[in-house]
Amino acid sequence: MDLSLSDEQQLIVETVRRFVADEIVPLEADLDPDAGALAPDDFQRLVAKTKEMGFYGLDIPEEFGGPGLDTTTRALMAIEMSQHRAGLYNPCYGTFGGAGLAQLYEATEEQKEKYLYPTLRGEKRGCFALTEPSGGSDPARAIQTRGHEDGDQWVLNGSKLYISGADKADFALVFARTSDDPGRNGVTAFLVDTDTPGFNVRRVVHTLRSTHYATEISFDEMRVSKDQILGELNRGFAIANDRLSRQRIPYAAGCLGAAIKAQEMAIEWAKNRETFGGLLAEKQAVQWMIVDNEIDIRHARYCILEAAQKADRGERFRTEAAMAKLVASEASGRVVDRAMQIHGGLGMTKDLPLERWYRELRIRRVGEGPSEVQRLIMAREILGGSFK
Amino acid sequence: MAGIRMTKPWVALSPDSIDALPAQLGVYQIANAANEVTKIGYAGGREAFGIRTALQRELDEGGVSFRAELTHGYMTRFEELLMIHMHDHNALPPGNQDHAQKVGRLMIDGANATPNTEASS
Ligand SMILES: Cc1cc2nc3c(=O)[nH]c(=O)nc-3n(C[C@H](O)[C@H](O)[C@H](O)COP(=O)(O)OP(=O)(O)OC[C@H]3O[C@@H](n4cnc5c(N)ncnc54)[C@H](O)[C@@H]3O)c2cc1C
Repeated sequence: MDLSLSDEQQLIVETVRRFVADEIVPLEADLDPDAGALAPDDFQRLVAKTKEMGFYGLDIPEEFGGPGLDTTTRALMAIEMSQHRAGLYNPCYGTFGGAGLAQLYEATEEQKEKYLYPTLRGEKRGCFALTEPSGGSDPARAIQTRGHEDGDQWVLNGSKLYISGADKADFALVFARTSDDPGRNGVTAFLVDTDTPGFNVRRVVHTLRSTHYATEISFDEMRVSKDQILGELNRGFAIANDRLSRQRIPYAAGCLGAAIKAQEMAIEWAKNRETFGGLLAEKQAVQWMIVDNEIDIRHARYCILEAAQKADRGERFRTEAAMAKLVASEASGRVVDRAMQIHGGLGMTKDLPLERWYRELRIRRVGEGPSEVQRLIMAREILGGSFK
Repeated sequence: MAGIRMTKPWVALSPDSIDALPAQLGVYQIANAANEVTKIGYAGGREAFGIRTALQRELDEGGVSFRAELTHGYMTRFEELLMIHMHDHNALPPGNQDHAQKVGRLMIDGANATPNTEASS
């Protein structure tokens, strides 16, 4: 596998690296260590810059006006964009724009007019409501939110847990069981306006990610019309699988970015901090931690680029994307942990971004499918159909 | 859902009551003489002595009384308190009028409050 970058990719990586160093990191120095947003003026100024750079709306497909980046270049950018304190969950504070929910690209033209295009213009935001109190790893079987048909409407009842941004969203993509099939062939995806009577945000759920909360929501006799179904009835899980696998690659790359920065910090500290009459960098125990970090970083980088290159060649990349997500989230957690150890007491403080990455990387091993589910995806592909 | 409101008794803001607090991260509410919440705030990771520093600033700015919670999740708890206030009053406290982010919508005690509202900036 060729890991070298093309001239264009090199230029893009350097441009994003400069943007992070010159524009984001200095602003962050004045923000609270757990800040999740820039001041509105700074945000607008930087959005203007990313638009000027031609990078705004990175994940929007080219046919919808996005920059048309290949997956490899997108992953390389994600590695750079997360190299600051808030970078894991809020790379560059969203100044490169969002693409909305991946499933919306599969919507009807009418639904796109109502939800996708306003999202791309920054006028609406959506949330993704899949996980329920009964479980998120295996949603096809766990979903208990129930829809029953009533004339030309569906009436939904049930609840969802850990839903990010439901309290601020204008619409939600809600998955509900609409037939007696206990598995994936009984689930339908609905696009629901959050001001629909019966859509209720029940509570804020506080997590390790103390910058942003999740929510618990309920649907109480919530009526939605039939044209709010996204895709086909009872085929909610078939939507946008390819796009979802593809998303795991920048997700993994974001983890790696934090690890790379943590390693840089650990090396710098080890070369300057003295204990027992010598630099930390001279102690074999510290050297080994730094070497182990490097092994983790290179392993994750390899997996991410392998997945991205396969996706770009149009080959099947489900196993590779799952592996990239698994390896990068776990390896990056170890790297940040070792970097904290090398920094001693300072590593535990909010003076450095390490403690925030440590907390947030822990979530990355569960979010977007826990490590065990990524292993399951790979096992199915490696062992073949009869072991599903 | 019970337990999300801050219901502790109000304490008079004074150098002594501030000194009695640990220098920790957390959230607080400031009230006027009528015990109406005038501001919701947090003591984040950049305060020299956590909630003590933040409340000293509130005292200097004329705050009358306070109640506080110590928490590492001060950012999300702060937002939650803003949501509850918005639910109850359909507006943010006077001291939070410059809050630039959208405040979320929450159903409390079976009642849905305001629609999503963009805080004034
Ligand atoms: C901060 C945060 C934000 C989130 N945002 C959203 C959101 O916006 N929308 C949304 O729908 N969901 C969201 N989630 C939910 C997330 O996707 C789920 O937590 C995740 O899918 C796991 O589901 P669960 O928590 O129900 O765990 P469960 O499904 O109960 O699984 C528990 C654990 O069991 C293990 N496990 C599961 N299956 C297997 C297996 N086959 N073999 C071995 N071990 C297994 C795993 O270790 C797993 O972590 C969010 C979660 C968090 C923490």
